[in-house]
Amino acid sequence: MNESDAIDPSRRDALVFGRDLLLGGAAARWAGPSPAQAATANDPQAPVTVKLTLRVNGTAKSLALDTRTTLLDALREHLHLTGTKKGCDHGQCGACTVIAGGRRINACLSLAVMHDGDEITTIEGLGAPGHLHPMQAAFVRHDAYQCGYCTPGQICSSVAMLEELRRGIPSHAGADVAAAPTATPDELRERMSGNICRCGAYSNIIDAIGEVAGVRT
Amino acid sequence: MKPFTYERATSTAQAAARAASVPGAKFVAGGTNLLDLMKIEIETPAHLIDVNGLDLAKIEPTPDGGLRVGALVRNTDLAADARVRRDYPVLARALLAGASPQLRNRATTAGNLLQRTRCPYFYDPDQPCNKREPGSGCAALAGYRRMHAIVGTSDACIAAHPSDMAVAMRVLDAQVETIRADGTTRSLPLADLHRLPGSTPHLETTLDAGELVTAVVLPPPPGGVHVYRKVRDRASYAFALVSVALVRQADGSGRVALGGVAPKPWRSEEAERALASDPQAVVDGLLKDARTSPDNAFKLTLARRTLDAAIADARSSR
Repeated sequence: MNESDAIDPSRRDALVFGRDLLLGGAAARWAGPSPAQAATANDPQAPVTVKLTLRVNGTAKSLALDTRTTLLDALREHLHLTGTKKGCDHGQCGACTVIAGGRRINACLSLAVMHDGDEITTIEGLGAPGHLHPMQAAFVRHDAYQCGYCTPGQICSSVAMLEELRRGIPSHAGADVAAAPTATPDELRERMSGNICRCGAYSNIIDAIGEVAGVRT
Repeated sequence: MKPFTYERATSTAQAAARAASVPGAKFVAGGTNLLDLMKIEIETPAHLIDVNGLDLAKIEPTPDGGLRVGALVRNTDLAADARVRRDYPVLARALLAGASPQLRNRATTAGNLLQRTRCPYFYDPDQPCNKREPGSGCAALAGYRRMHAIVGTSDACIAAHPSDMAVAMRVLDAQVETIRADGTTRSLPLADLHRLPGSTPHLETTLDAGELVTAVVLPPPPGGVHVYRKVRDRASYAFALVSVALVRQADGSGRVALGGVAPKPWRSEEAERALASDPQAVVDGLLKDARTSPDNAFKLTLARRTLDAAIADARSSR
């Protein structure tokens, strides 16, 4: 794991560098200090670059990005935080789930520029080898994955999901929508329906989440 | 995705004026539907006006005892509001039956109303689609139509409106508040927001160029037992084949709207007068002009059974 961590960034830097050349980064328009000014630029087909700051896992990161950059691509391709995964890129699978402003969202369906100044927590911010987040530890303990590709999204989603439960946010699984929700296996399953696992590790995933939630699944 | 310029709106009036004056401008709020469509270049705005900073995220009581829901209230927050859960449970239930938690955390009230159809032919740029490219034809008419609308359709388009929230708001007689490019405001019944396709399926709403939805107003609570019953291909995170929003009073009378069967939330105040005496007559009235194919004729039966099930739910919950 440490070895691949050491190799990965340089390979990614090369990829990013190559991609920027292909897109003609030098020709990109700058939006200037006020993004609104970009609307007066001449060529409507030219890429538009904006400056923004993301607060990722507690650290402010200043970026200059094409307006088209999703939060997911900003995290993976520009900040090299590749724990967050790109599955469908259309909000259907949940592999890209991150916590933005305290809420779990699909990072693929949000523009980075719309998160200027936002606090973003990714899987890298939840825990690390040696000091795992309790949910990460539970996933390991319950073997709650097979290929592992959906796992960062599952973990970010489930951590935020338990916070939603604690705050009393209702779900489709509750019999009485006006009543305070309780953590039951049906509630946990319904609340995790935005995260797909193609390997079908659901029973172990729900066991891991149930353990952290204090629910027998 | 096509390049676009970007600005943050500073006021509702400024946003509406800019949207009407900047060529190719669109509003973006949650972005969950717009971004998806921009990636496959079905939506190609040249300019995005980000309205997220506007003061439209509050839920406030109205003087007559209703609720004003700001256009930027996220689906999660509307469903979690104690007043909505107590007084308009059909709306909370409909919201929670839609999308996934991640999407509901971003998706907004106005964006939910204005989302585009999920017709697979609309989503496929290699297929003709009168909604996407006026005059090109409709691939769905000769295609696989299982998910499509069966009423309110035309020879140009059979796309269904995908929203659950809008079906509940329709049964609650919601009003939509807007501001136009010239700064004037208006309020229109939700029933009048969406157009039927006719020969112009690319025109989906009655909003003017640049007109910005600012709120949805719910009239005072209608009382009764509220049910939102959604039938879909999997138990969670799927669009409706048929859904029923029901507000049923103690004497058996009430209101009914259907989702998944039409290009807009489908309700007939005339047909629902029969609810207490003959619930099936309500479905007969709602679907009397249905045009089905072998793929989706099951929706006629499913709508009847779903209303029956919703009434049974209402009876058992009192």
